[in-house]
Amino acid sequence: MNLKQLYQDIILEHGKSPRNLGKCEGYNCEAKGYNPLCGDKVHVYLKLDTEKKIQGLTFEGEGCAISLASASIMTELVKGKSFDETNEIKNSFLDMIKNTSKIQSNHLDEDEKTKLMSLSGVKQFPMRVKCATLSWHTMFLAMEGKKKQVNTEEID
Amino acid sequence: MNIKEVKSQFPIFSKKINGKPLVYLDNANSSQKPLSVINRLNEFYKNEFSNIGRSIHSLAVNATNKFDETRIGVKSFINAKYKEEIIFTKNATEAINLIATTFGAQNIKNGDEIIITELEHHSNYVPWHFLRQNKKAVIKFAPINEDGDIEINELKKLITPNTKIIAVTHLSNVTGTIVPIKEIVEIAHKKNIPVLVDGCQSAPHIKVDVQDLDCDFFAFSAHKLYGPTGVGILYAKKKWLEQLPPFIGGGAMISEVKKDNIIYAPIPEKYEAGTMPTAEVITFNESIKFIKSIGMDNLISHEKEVTNYALEKLKIINSVKIIGNPKNKAGVISFTVKGVHPHDIATILDEDGVAIRAGHHCCQIFHEKMNLVATARASIGVYNTKEDIDMLCKAIENCNKIFDKK
Repeated sequence: MNLKQLYQDIILEHGKSPRNLGKCEGYNCEAKGYNPLCGDKVHVYLKLDTEKKIQGLTFEGEGCAISLASASIMTELVKGKSFDETNEIKNSFLDMIKNTSKIQSNHLDEDEKTKLMSLSGVKQFPMRVKCATLSWHTMFLAMEGKKKQVNTEEID
Repeated sequence: MNIKEVKSQFPIFSKKINGKPLVYLDNANSSQKPLSVINRLNEFYKNEFSNIGRSIHSLAVNATNKFDETRIGVKSFINAKYKEEIIFTKNATEAINLIATTFGAQNIKNGDEIIITELEHHSNYVPWHFLRQNKKAVIKFAPINEDGDIEINELKKLITPNTKIIAVTHLSNVTGTIVPIKEIVEIAHKKNIPVLVDGCQSAPHIKVDVQDLDCDFFAFSAHKLYGPTGVGILYAKKKWLEQLPPFIGGGAMISEVKKDNIIYAPIPEKYEAGTMPTAEVITFNESIKFIKSIGMDNLISHEKEVTNYALEKLKIINSVKIIGNPKNKAGVISFTVKGVHPHDIATILDEDGVAIRAGHHCCQIFHEKMNLVATARASIGVYNTKEDIDMLCKAIENCNKIFDKK
């Protein structure tokens, strides 16, 4: 295990100053995520256009550096993407965290992949996987609009 | 007490964690086991195994006697009056559920009140919540102050003619607050209200004399007491165990079974249905012997010394804030580190071989009251040394180093 791989500069920086905090203007979808084991909370706000493309994405939340950084990076990477593209990125992210340590996505450029891969160190810390995945599950829940609340015990 | 000699009895401390010597500071969660305890379990399965109770063969007789010896050991450990007042359960949680269920069935009706406190572990809240749901009982929370002490005067004010039971922790698993149980029992008994004490944290770390406390019920677990998992202990005054209905029904808890009637076994068997964790209960006697070999006074003064050292050292680190400042405190220290979430603290400390706990420690009510989402917690056991505390502080400094970069 390697702390340096887990706490890369980009993670610490996003953890300390998360991007896209708050409620985005005109949001039309939202969902809450909760990790009952540690109390981490995230509330995702989405503005989808008529074609289900993400026009706005913000979050509010409390949590560790990993969970805040993951949410922050997520809001940067999927903005402007369609439902299917976002789904592909999410699945690729989950695969990286749990299995491969690599991002295989057709919808991110190399810089974006590198940014997302800064979270790959989490794979070595199984107890922290849920910190990294909570915001992604929550965003997707908001997109699907089926449920308003998710907790990590139900999904991971 | 020779700390080196004590520590050397625990095989786990010869193992490396992440390449570092183990600094185990998660004792409020569970404790490590001395070799005598580990060997006893092995020995029983290898050479003595049998179920207890009815069989007449030699192995069964021996196992039954050994099981009884643990009961006698526990009786003396907490100074109960009768060995029949000691009931073995699956864990302390089950012990509290046993009382909430049976006492509730017999004594709680619509609108009756149960007093607990804001310091309680979920295991001393949820079982009472069931009575709130099923019997429309009311749960009242005695408040704590900023220091983490229960406001006894406020607790007093909560008592009404409808108060049926008070359930309170003896030692907080978050702040280390030692609760003045005797005082609470006196207040309660004046109004004929029984008191249940959650002794999970107190039994391993302070002297427990249930006759002196005069509490009606006292629950604790073996695994926090350097013993095996799978064993909880319920102490209850004989009058209650005789009066309350049984909890779980089945074999061993009956004396006569007819098609139209069942007569229950006398206590303690009345509350020990089915096959018990026989090997673990028998093994638990070794844990009591281990504590006795050290001496409770020695254990307490050693843990106090390490705790005071930890409090001093932690206060020197600017970024550390210790949660609560109770009048009477044992070796449970919850803290936050400025700019570092408790989860990140726990991961970084683990890399240095330092095992602590992060989260709400099953005390969400407390954390909400204190306006905290989560805390980190270092809790001290008999084998901890000042060097362990130095390692803890060094690892916390490492958190600051990692997080101060940005």
